[in-house]
Amino acid sequence: MTAVVTDPGKRVDDDSGELNVAVLKRNARNEVWGLLGLCSPSLFLVGLIIILPVGWLFWLSLYDENGMLSFVNYERFVEQSSYVKTFVTTFEVSFGVTAICILLGYPLAYMLSQIPRRAASICMILVILPFWTSVLVRTYAWLVILQRKGLVNDWLIDLGIINQPLALVNNFTGVLIGMTHIMLPFLVLPLYASMKSISADYQRAGMNLGAGPVATFWQIFFPLSLPGLAAGVVITFVLCLGFFVTPALMGGGKVIMWAMRMQQTTSLYANWGAGSALGVLLLAVTFGLLGFFNWLLRGQIKAAWGGK
Amino acid sequence: MGKVKLAGIFALAGATLAMAGAAHAEGTITVASFGGTYQEAETKAFFDPVAKELGITIKQDTTNGLDDVRLQVTGNAVKWDIAEMGADECARGTKEGLFEKLDYNVIKSDGINPQLVKDDWVGISYTSVVLIYRTDVFKDGNGPKSWQDFWDVKKFPGRRALGAFPTESLMVAALADGVPMDKFYPLDIDRAVKSLEKIKPNIDVWWSSGAQALQLVKDGEVDMASIWNGRATTLKTEGAPVAFSYDNGVFTADCMVIPKGSKNKDLAMKALARFVSPDLQANLPMLGANGPVNEKAFDTGKIPADKLPSINSSPENMKHEVLLDPVFWGEHQVEASEKFDNLIQE
Repeated sequence: MTAVVTDPGKRVDDDSGELNVAVLKRNARNEVWGLLGLCSPSLFLVGLIIILPVGWLFWLSLYDENGMLSFVNYERFVEQSSYVKTFVTTFEVSFGVTAICILLGYPLAYMLSQIPRRAASICMILVILPFWTSVLVRTYAWLVILQRKGLVNDWLIDLGIINQPLALVNNFTGVLIGMTHIMLPFLVLPLYASMKSISADYQRAGMNLGAGPVATFWQIFFPLSLPGLAAGVVITFVLCLGFFVTPALMGGGKVIMWAMRMQQTTSLYANWGAGSALGVLLLAVTFGLLGFFNWLLRGQIKAAWGGK
Repeated sequence: MGKVKLAGIFALAGATLAMAGAAHAEGTITVASFGGTYQEAETKAFFDPVAKELGITIKQDTTNGLDDVRLQVTGNAVKWDIAEMGADECARGTKEGLFEKLDYNVIKSDGINPQLVKDDWVGISYTSVVLIYRTDVFKDGNGPKSWQDFWDVKKFPGRRALGAFPTESLMVAALADGVPMDKFYPLDIDRAVKSLEKIKPNIDVWWSSGAQALQLVKDGEVDMASIWNGRATTLKTEGAPVAFSYDNGVFTADCMVIPKGSKNKDLAMKALARFVSPDLQANLPMLGANGPVNEKAFDTGKIPADKLPSINSSPENMKHEVLLDPVFWGEHQVEASEKFDNLIQE
């Protein structure tokens, strides 16, 4: 690091402005290289244990059962309608769960950021509490609560609200309920952190200039909370794409998500390529979507900030 | 899955250390089976008596079937000397060349259905897929008795579950469509798929594990279901209001193999020969719900006559069940699975 600080103070005294710019540029470059050098062991490690094996798996996806180069693993996606269905289902579930998480999580995080600190930390524990229970246990608990002769249906029937039990589990609804429960904290935590960092002075200033509470919220607070919301949405959405246990148990075998399909495919076909092709496709589409979100949100935030 | 794999890696590391440490690996074989009460029954019926008889140590492990063996063989890290899997998986593994040839001078295959005696694998036990229904919903024995009844949603209204296993469920669908048991193979898979399509809107759950099927029936989430006979027996013993029979059942076999590259091949062969012998096979139905694969077990006098109706592979029950032909399904697994998957997804 010492190499980075090459005595800039002395050069500034020089009357040649040109030289100064060049030195500053060189210093900046040196700093970048220095930092890269410091990072290199971890970069090497990441390359070795993540990029290399993943790249190798991708390479495998180009081979068929007899070890010949072919696109057979990808052709299957088009030939078998079930792959398209699985793919669509995966994104339907992920979008659905993310949307429900936003609807439930945004007001929750907003409330947490507004109430006194002590009450907020108690509520925060309640939000984090489910994290301490295994996903499997929580999923089975939902089965018990939601099934035909479960708590919810029994109560609703006893109260005379419904005559026939509702189909709350072993279908799409069940998967949405189970996954939303698991994903909600992933959205609330980053959102809460970003809302906490929004200074109340901005809102006060807005009010001072004559904006009502609604206008203050939509024109000041909401745009400022967007980056936190975006972070939460991305985490939630991407984690949803890879779900296995919850849809497997709560979907009744009818809601098949991509990760479940990977496992099926790997055991059905005698080559790793069949399964890894699924991985390649999911990764590519996910990157594409994230890029799109990024572009969309950046525009959105800019418009929200610049427009008003 | 992750945990299983990790455990495998640790076990592998342990095994390597053990081999490096001493030469006492002689006289030790490792057998992998499906775990749970089934493997406990196997331990008492086969593993413990054989270990004693041959003066060897039989170590045990659990497996998920063909995938695990394929992983070991193709990865050149074979740690099992005998592995168990479904017979259709054995047939697929044969095509992939994953197993050692069996020596039928050592293993006596008399009494085992020839469909389950192949160059590199042999049957070990029978499981049945049976129709179970709740007697609190269908009272006085008026429940669905056959797969035709199961398909008849007007006469037998109620919620239904079937296994998410293409082979088993397509066979059930074929029976429901009236494919005769004695002329079952070669099965017209498209006919079975069409039959399955008819019942699909009325299937509430496609179960994917034995425990799940048991829970669905036990909690009354469904009124009737296909289920493995072991789980059905458990439900009945626990006192759940259910009924099932071996009539109209689908009959599947488990098989055992010696993975290619096993270091104790000869010893494994001797042990395997004893596992399938009539006198040890006769122990199996006394300990669990799985029937012996060797029909000579019924001649040993070990199995009392009053036990026969509850054994799925007893000569009488066998007449009313159709075998999941491992070779046929091994060959048509991919086709059947693809058609099945295209069908059942919402």
